[in-house]
Amino acid sequence: MTITHDLLVWFSKSFGLFYLIGLSLIVLAYAYWPANQKPFEHAANAILDDDDKPYRG
Amino acid sequence: MIGELTKSERQGALLILLALAVTGLAMAVGGSNDPLGTHGTLVMVVAIVGTFAVITGYYAPEPPESRLDSYYDTPTKFGIVAAMVWAVIAMAVGDWVAWLLAFPEWTFDAAWASFGRLRPVHTSGVIFGFGGNALIATSFYVMQRTSRARLPDQLSPWFVLFGYNLFCVIAATGYLMGVTQSKEYAEPEWYADIWLVIVWVTYFVLYLRTLNRRKEPHIYVSNWYYMAFILVVAMLHIVNNLAVPISWGSAKSYSLFAGVQDAMTEWWYGHNAVAFFLTSGFLGMMYYYMPKRAGRPIYSYRMSIISFWGITFFYMWAGSHHLHYTALPQWVQSLGMTFSVMLLVPSWVSAGNALMTLNGAWHKVRDDAVLRFMMVAAVFYGLSTFEGSFMAIRPVNALSHYTDWTVGHVHAGALGWVAMITFGAIYASVPWLWKRDGMYSAKLVEAHFWLSLAGTIIYVFAMWNSGIIQGLMWRTYNESGTLAYSFVDSLIAMHPYYIARAIGGVFFLLGAIIGFYNIWMTIRTASQAQSQAEPDYSAVGIEIPAVQPGR
Repeated sequence: MTITHDLLVWFSKSFGLFYLIGLSLIVLAYAYWPANQKPFEHAANAILDDDDKPYRG
Repeated sequence: MIGELTKSERQGALLILLALAVTGLAMAVGGSNDPLGTHGTLVMVVAIVGTFAVITGYYAPEPPESRLDSYYDTPTKFGIVAAMVWAVIAMAVGDWVAWLLAFPEWTFDAAWASFGRLRPVHTSGVIFGFGGNALIATSFYVMQRTSRARLPDQLSPWFVLFGYNLFCVIAATGYLMGVTQSKEYAEPEWYADIWLVIVWVTYFVLYLRTLNRRKEPHIYVSNWYYMAFILVVAMLHIVNNLAVPISWGSAKSYSLFAGVQDAMTEWWYGHNAVAFFLTSGFLGMMYYYMPKRAGRPIYSYRMSIISFWGITFFYMWAGSHHLHYTALPQWVQSLGMTFSVMLLVPSWVSAGNALMTLNGAWHKVRDDAVLRFMMVAAVFYGLSTFEGSFMAIRPVNALSHYTDWTVGHVHAGALGWVAMITFGAIYASVPWLWKRDGMYSAKLVEAHFWLSLAGTIIYVFAMWNSGIIQGLMWRTYNESGTLAYSFVDSLIAMHPYYIARAIGGVFFLLGAIIGFYNIWMTIRTASQAQSQAEPDYSAVGIEIPAVQPGR
């Protein structure tokens, strides 16, 4: 099977389109998912903590 | 340094150095009539010197168990100093080639001093030598702190750093001997490329191993950016450098690709090198050091994630804008143009997120030159990503391509964004790493800041003027329908701008030299309490109210 120009254009206009839309939705859902807000907030603030030692459990 | 390695790590180091020495010997013998032989000798000498260093420290006592109570920062310290050494060398060479463009007769009739050989020494030196060492050093620092985990061992970070710098030295010395595969930003030949793959995979595995030991449930966003940098650069490097050497004893190789496919592969590599080497990695740096220095969390953590995925998935498709109006199919050009324009969204989200983080801390930006470096970096990031999206539009590119406008754009990004954020991150980490109250001299940090800013602005304005004049002269026709200006006419018009650019470069270089001196003196000076040095309030901590700029 040879890859023709038309085939590539069809592929990018169908699969490529939905792949990018799907990906955007997944990323948005992840970023705005209510249960994720707490870990995000913790992560954003945790780097300001000045305890300069690794955790040893 | 050897004292920090455990017994088995010392043995591991000896084995690696032995293997390296044998490889160097094979290269030296196999390529005795070729630059490959010179590089083989270089590799062998480096390996033998390294072996002696390890043997000298071999019977030193093993590091105590208590080392696990602190982060392993010696590699970061080495990386920062290496980055500054490369900065001074490569920026000096950059300014040298800038003067060469204004006065081409200054080549001393020597092959190694020609523009074509010196220019990649500059580009590789600043991108890989300065930028790469800074990225590796800060990534070690950031991944340990954000994971609250020490590096898993003491040997692999040194392998990554020494191996990487060996690659940079082989690259730069090769260019001077005329060794190049003539792919922009991927000039080193096959043997150097293979070595970099080994080093880079070790780096990636080291990152994963550290993250795997993390005590924070969520992986902080800086690590995502650093990981994207490491993973994608590996991918780009391997594909773009697929080549067949003409023999095992020769430095020369031929690429697997030819014609327009070769061009597309190269610019898929080239533009993603801008994306993942010069953007993603440095955004990782910014998302850690800027909030840390400002004492405020990122304005929107959510936005940092959304723009991460935007940048990661859009940039992949943007490379073809380097090949507008070429043999590349029109639709591939349009694809690259469209994605380049869309890239403006995640880019400006990142730049806006950075500036909004500083909103409420502007007094700190005013008083603290280190934070100001980071703020100006975010502004230039916003400016140059806007400019990049604009220049990728085909009709705009018709004017800008092959002119100095491109050079101006690259330097707005490289000087204004990459170098500024790096200097900011380095000035922030040096006192933290060497346990000093602040930098040796806050005044010198100020001087460095203003020299950098002045140099960047002179450089970029010179090239904008030069590039647009060039572009217009090349497309001006007279009444009979032929070109109004010859190429030499445009060269004469460029001359004053080339001198201005070289002067801008002197400013930037001076700043880097001052920075190197200041960092060196900070390392050498014992803690402020014991020395006579003037107290340095601005860099002490985040909450100290500064009296005046420069203090």
